Amino acid sequence: MSRKSFFILSMLLVLALAVAACGGAQPQQPAPESQPTKAETKAEEPAAPASTEQDVTIGFTASQTGKYNVSSTRQTTGLQQWIDDVNAAGGIKLDDGTIVKFKAVSYDDESNKDRVQELYTRLATEDDADFLISPYSSGLTAAAAVIAEQYGKPMITTGAASDATYKQGYTQVFQAYTPASRYLTGALDQLAAVDPSAKKVAIVYENSKFSTGVAEAAKTYAEDNGFEVVLFEGYDPDTKDFNAFINKIEAASPDAILGGGHFQDGSTFARQLFEKGVAVKDIALLVAPPEPTFAELGDAAVGVIGPSQWEPAAKYTEEAAKEAGLPWYGISSADFTKTYQDAHDGEDPSYHVAGGYAAGLLLQKAIEDAGSTDPAKVKEAMDAIDMLTFFGHLKFDTSEEAHGLQIGHDMILIQWQRDDDGNLVKQVIWPTEGATAEPLYPIH
Amino acid sequence: MGETLVTSAIDGLLIGVIYGLAAMGLTLIFGVMDVINLAHGPIIALGMFGVYLLFTFLGLNPFIALAIVAVAGLLLGFVIYFIAVNRVIDAPPLSSLLSTFSVNMMIIGVGTAVLSTSAYNVDYSLGTVQLGFFRVPGTRLTASLVALLVTLLLYLFLYRTRPGKYIRAVANNRMSAELMGIPSTRILALAFGIGTMLATISGGLIATILPINILAGGSFELKSFVIVVLGGLGNPLGAMIGGLILGLIEGVVPVFMKTTWVPVIEYVLFVLILLVRPQGIMGAKE
Repeated sequence: MSRKSFFILSMLLVLALAVAACGGAQPQQPAPESQPTKAETKAEEPAAPASTEQDVTIGFTASQTGKYNVSSTRQTTGLQQWIDDVNAAGGIKLDDGTIVKFKAVSYDDESNKDRVQELYTRLATEDDADFLISPYSSGLTAAAAVIAEQYGKPMITTGAASDATYKQGYTQVFQAYTPASRYLTGALDQLAAVDPSAKKVAIVYENSKFSTGVAEAAKTYAEDNGFEVVLFEGYDPDTKDFNAFINKIEAASPDAILGGGHFQDGSTFARQLFEKGVAVKDIALLVAPPEPTFAELGDAAVGVIGPSQWEPAAKYTEEAAKEAGLPWYGISSADFTKTYQDAHDGEDPSYHVAGGYAAGLLLQKAIEDAGSTDPAKVKEAMDAIDMLTFFGHLKFDTSEEAHGLQIGHDMILIQWQRDDDGNLVKQVIWPTEGATAEPLYPIH
Repeated sequence: MGETLVTSAIDGLLIGVIYGLAAMGLTLIFGVMDVINLAHGPIIALGMFGVYLLFTFLGLNPFIALAIVAVAGLLLGFVIYFIAVNRVIDAPPLSSLLSTFSVNMMIIGVGTAVLSTSAYNVDYSLGTVQLGFFRVPGTRLTASLVALLVTLLLYLFLYRTRPGKYIRAVANNRMSAELMGIPSTRILALAFGIGTMLATISGGLIATILPINILAGGSFELKSFVIVVLGGLGNPLGAMIGGLILGLIEGVVPVFMKTTWVPVIEYVLFVLILLVRPQGIMGAKE
């Protein structure tokens, strides 16, 4: 074989490797992980006479492997906690006496969009799931939403904040999270409040559906509110080395850095900003900071702000509901936190866990209000939901243009600070009425 | 602007040395035995995890752990050579491509099962080093210096020691070398072992500065291919220079345009070199 054909061959190989790297491996069809719940054991106890029991199947995928692994696992844990709670409480009693209990069917989507479409089709057809819960992340959820709509299965999305999914004319998809367009606007408000002279912001974000949506909305909001956006640039989702970006940021000498994407890139970005010794007054990143494991960054975590969908310290209570004139629904924040802590060595639940639980609560409320598990009736009841839960205010947009978009829920800002003993703790710094500490500003 | 440019260029060169080291492993194997080692990426990943595991579970300093990883890499290379390469060394190139690709799949498969594809960090810091206006994390600087040192040692080995000269002799003309009494199989195994060792060392160095996962070697394998073509197939010195060029591109290009353009420029360069100067900048081994 000639030297020349070797070159051609090596070129083809590089191409093949690149394709393989993008596509990822395609493993065998997995067996569904039917999670036996406490309900199934309880069901054997003598039930009330004349009541029939109905098992409702909730289908979803979880990213047990791949880059969304951390957040997705927490989300699934939250959802499972709700299933356990509702089944242990005896299920939902409908008006006709039927007792509804829940079981979950889930698969590993490998953080891969193609797998999501394949698996949600499977959940909707072969597994005949009655209701769907979204996978984690906006990108994967967008893929799942198409299937939910196609098969007419109501899907509650959690861990999926991008606005775009709810502007496709879908009618079956309901968002539990505050949408991306309102994700970082609080961080800008907070910066303006703590230092009115800080005007230069760099927005550096992951090139993913969700982060791009957040970054673009933040840019518009920043410019409308008198900030100067000195750098606005996306990075590849697989970026591991942020050095080039960090040099660029330093050249633009901003007061604040806003952006990030998901957990892995966000924590790597924060770590490398610190290692490089970048002097910046304020850092607000998406997704990664509210995660308890963010504390593993040590000194690199200090001062980093993150918008959070929910925090254990958040003050959503029955009294707050009365004040706001909203009906209160579901368990208290304290009960939710305690159940989780008992099962996880005292670790605080992150907002992904709470989001998973909230998705379940939404479904529970809608089934109760509908008095039926008929998808069309449940969908109608979902449209009418307007309530305060431990997760916050939940209400959906019912207009044709943005059906299912979350319009009730608001973000909280957290910041990692050192307490008096030098331990890293997560403090709520915004909104000020719910704050647990003064913001640490400037960081450097 | 000037400062940013200098900073970015130095940063690029620092990471480029490590790219170069990885590519030297690939090119050495090709130069000596005309085998394109498709298990190169996973072997880099094994180097990463070697350092990670020794650091995390035995508390070893990552740069000391690197020495153990290097020896393990050499031995791993012997094992892979005798199991997967030796038998197909004289077969058409497709056979060795397939057999090294199988090794690739095996390592990835087992690695994914044991470690999942989640990210891990070697939580080790040497602070930040300040040189004038240039600031660099201590681990990054150390990793680059180690890579340079390894390159120097490789050069001394190839040009100043007897086994090194044997390797070059076998690379030049295996039959003549055998006629001169050089045990070619053992020398081929040694060359493969050293190539693998270089890959694991580069992986270990990367682990000290970037987050790792079992698939992370893939992107460095791709970079290695580009570098090898850039520097000239089978030419270790060319690979180092190719690595520096690639690092420089990654460092400096983002100063002028969006960072997402970097891979575009890299691969356009790759294709251009193949079309215009297929022997690479430094010339292929002949």
